[in-house]
Amino acid sequence: MNSQILILFLVLVAVVCSALGVVYTRHQSRGLAVELGALEIQRDEGLAEWSRLQIEQGWLADASQIEKTARGALQMQQPAEIQILVVSP
Amino acid sequence: MSNQTKQTVPSSRLYALLLIFLLCSFALIARAVNLQVMETDFLQGQGKARYLREVTIASTRGVITDRNGEPLAVSTPVDSVWVHPGELLEFPENIKPLAKLINGDADEIERKLTQRAKRGFVWMRRRLNPVVADQIRELNIPGVYLQKEYRRFYPAGEVTSHVIGFTNIDDVGQEGLELAYDSWLAGSPGSKRVIKNRKGQTVEEVELIREADPGNDLRLSIDKRLQYLAYRELKSTVLKHGARSGSVVVLDVNSGEILAMVNQPSYNPNDPGHDTDGLRNRAVTDVIEPGSVMKPIAMASVLENRITTPTTLIETSPGYIVISGHTIRDHRNYGTLDATGVITKSSNVGITKLALQLEPEEMWDTYSRFGFGEATGTGFPGESAGVLRNHRRWRRLEQATIAYGYGISATPLQLAQAYAAIANGGKLRQPTFIQGSNNPPISAIDPDIANAIAKMLETVTTKAGTGSRARVANYRIAGKTGTSHKASASGYAAARYVSSFAGFGPASNPRLVCVVIINDPTGKEYYGGLVAAPLFSEVMTGAMRILNIPPDDYPAMLVSASGSAGGQ
Repeated sequence: MNSQILILFLVLVAVVCSALGVVYTRHQSRGLAVELGALEIQRDEGLAEWSRLQIEQGWLADASQIEKTARGALQMQQPAEIQILVVSP
Repeated sequence: MSNQTKQTVPSSRLYALLLIFLLCSFALIARAVNLQVMETDFLQGQGKARYLREVTIASTRGVITDRNGEPLAVSTPVDSVWVHPGELLEFPENIKPLAKLINGDADEIERKLTQRAKRGFVWMRRRLNPVVADQIRELNIPGVYLQKEYRRFYPAGEVTSHVIGFTNIDDVGQEGLELAYDSWLAGSPGSKRVIKNRKGQTVEEVELIREADPGNDLRLSIDKRLQYLAYRELKSTVLKHGARSGSVVVLDVNSGEILAMVNQPSYNPNDPGHDTDGLRNRAVTDVIEPGSVMKPIAMASVLENRITTPTTLIETSPGYIVISGHTIRDHRNYGTLDATGVITKSSNVGITKLALQLEPEEMWDTYSRFGFGEATGTGFPGESAGVLRNHRRWRRLEQATIAYGYGISATPLQLAQAYAAIANGGKLRQPTFIQGSNNPPISAIDPDIANAIAKMLETVTTKAGTGSRARVANYRIAGKTGTSHKASASGYAAARYVSSFAGFGPASNPRLVCVVIINDPTGKEYYGGLVAAPLFSEVMTGAMRILNIPPDDYPAMLVSASGSAGGQ
């Protein structure tokens, strides 16, 4: 009789503990889900920024821009054939 | 008192009351059963709908890059502004600042919104400039909302527009490779079910309904640097000669990859207003009668069927020949030429005399092995197959004209493919826009014959040849000029021409094939050797430098280099 009450008590304690555990992990998982959402937004913003930078780079590295700067502002010119030497095949 | 009452109540009233209570509890039980058992699904669904949300997982369209990974088409999120007419019209004074930002007329917007007052959603302006979007966000007008959408940008603009094409406002490919590879690039948005709290934060992901399939990237065989170079040179040539249109195709001989493909007129793919004339990728969709650039193919057939050797002499005087009552003329009387000389001088009479010794079927067979009359199989939208009529329907005159490139039509890309086969020892590779495609070589012609033709083509760019202007310093170039009359409704137009040049280099180890077509030059010069050949030379000179291709005789240059550097 006494041992039966003891078992009952232990089971009761176990149930309460597991219930608290469920509450705790549930809380934690929700916190993590919020964090995941924030990180996903951050990732999307990062990707958007990356695509914008790619476009910007593509635009800045546009050959006509480079050529204009090289020939105009920097006064560069293509070397004449006689100035080209083959150093290695 | 209560005891007294209890005793005075008659039993009939007691039973009546009991019955009423009983009925009430029955009703309650019935309702409970109804809710718990019969309507449970519906009710649970309704309950979940209060906190479960289905959200889409966005997917972006893949990036198109050139062979070195330079971006040619990139999607980036931009804001579009939409309004709830009812909410906005409550404060009509808000319309004015909004109209100012989106360059609209306030009165017209108000009229439009009043007409659509019952709706909950009206697009105001799509794909805004980010600066404008920020300004609208700062205004914070009730009933005005911003929605994120993807917009495609083409950093190289008109230089790559024909190859890449463009997408419409809903990001669906409309032209070019954007259309051909639409499903590969597009991807599809996914969706997932989540639990949200009352602040709108996602607190739990319940299930993934559909995984987002992000669009795949596409790496083209195009080299942006070559593409730009070819575009710049083509544009200046077309302007200089007042030509109607023009195309340049550069092909890698060993892999069949298209390194550059440009056309004039062009258009800006970033700007939604297009005029339809410039939209076509003429190098793939438009056919021309190639004229003399076909002579090497006819010569290949002649050599293959052992009609002559490259040194056999052919009498071309008096500079014309009459076939079936039609006179075929040379530019002038070249007298006696060997077979190589027929190519060097581009003698119509010579090639006619040689080709007419062939059976039509033999000649047709050679032409079709070089890919004429059949689409190249790049999968480009609107690709034309050209026309090579069946040999059973060839008359004698037709066979003669096909030998020098009339009565047959081909796209510039087909010509490039055929010349690449000559350059590649007779092995034909299907041209491709995609880097690393699987396009195994098919033997089009015997390697010895291909090499013999290549040798003949090399004489064209000598001083004696028609294509001396196509020369590239330090490199040996093999190629062929072409000048053909344009066909019109009333036969061949007298003063309208297509100037062309097709060739490859360096001749000792061919790496690049380049085909130049200039359509309808209106200036004084119209010969392929004067209009197309200089453009070919410019493009090839630049291409050799950009791709670091060693010159044919670099050992000689090495010696002179070390000599001038003081000797080593």
